[in-house]
Amino acid sequence: MEHRITIYCQTTALSELREFLRNTLTMPMLSESEKLQITLAVEEVCANLIIHSHQCNAADHIDLEVKESENKLIFEIKDQGIAFNLLDYEVPNLIKVKGEKRKGGLGIILVKKIMDEIEFESNKGTNTCRLIKWFHS
Amino acid sequence: MLTITNTSENGSHILALEGEVDASNSVMIDEAIQKLIGDGSKSIVVDGQKLEYISSAGLGVFMSYLEDFEEKNVDFKIFGLPEGVLEVFKILGLHQLMNIYPTKEAAFNS
Repeated sequence: MEHRITIYCQTTALSELREFLRNTLTMPMLSESEKLQITLAVEEVCANLIIHSHQCNAADHIDLEVKESENKLIFEIKDQGIAFNLLDYEVPNLIKVKGEKRKGGLGIILVKKIMDEIEFESNKGTNTCRLIKWFHS
Repeated sequence: MLTITNTSENGSHILALEGEVDASNSVMIDEAIQKLIGDGSKSIVVDGQKLEYISSAGLGVFMSYLEDFEEKNVDFKIFGLPEGVLEVFKILGLHQLMNIYPTKEAAFNS
């Protein structure tokens, strides 16, 4: 089964994204807590793209496709902005974040802790970030 | 959609958060905390009972004030987070950096 949504690059689109994920993540094997965490991880990647790669330009968009297979969920996020490979991003130390009074940096930690696999590729101006969550039975 | 209700009780300022916090509205929490610090509050308590969702944008706001709270001797507490939301704090290890309580009573009696 496949589900798709296109959101425009403004932070107000994030609630629309969550609504889409609420309607998509209906698999009985997912607990409410897992659904919330998966939603959070997908949102963090999209929020990062909206704010940092597209500077909240509402004329730009992000495409999300959710693919469900027997034992995993794949979230494919595509955009045409400045490539941001979160695999290259060093996870900041929490004490350092606190000491520097920084507001950012926590989102990537969440994505890396919540998702089982992360893939990134950039091809002819289109960036694809793939987040994979295995079903744990 | 996020609603913040600001009340005070026994010298503590309570910020009750209702709804969902994301990058579009986390500035509301930022401004509310900033104002309380500016007003000289020495006790800020976040009521999270009706907080349905919080992304890193909201968590980052709390994180960015922890040093200020220490420097200005502000007692900062959070209580009543629903299980799923609390789990997010735990994933990041924020429960080790912030005083988080299950109930209002526990927060005020600590």
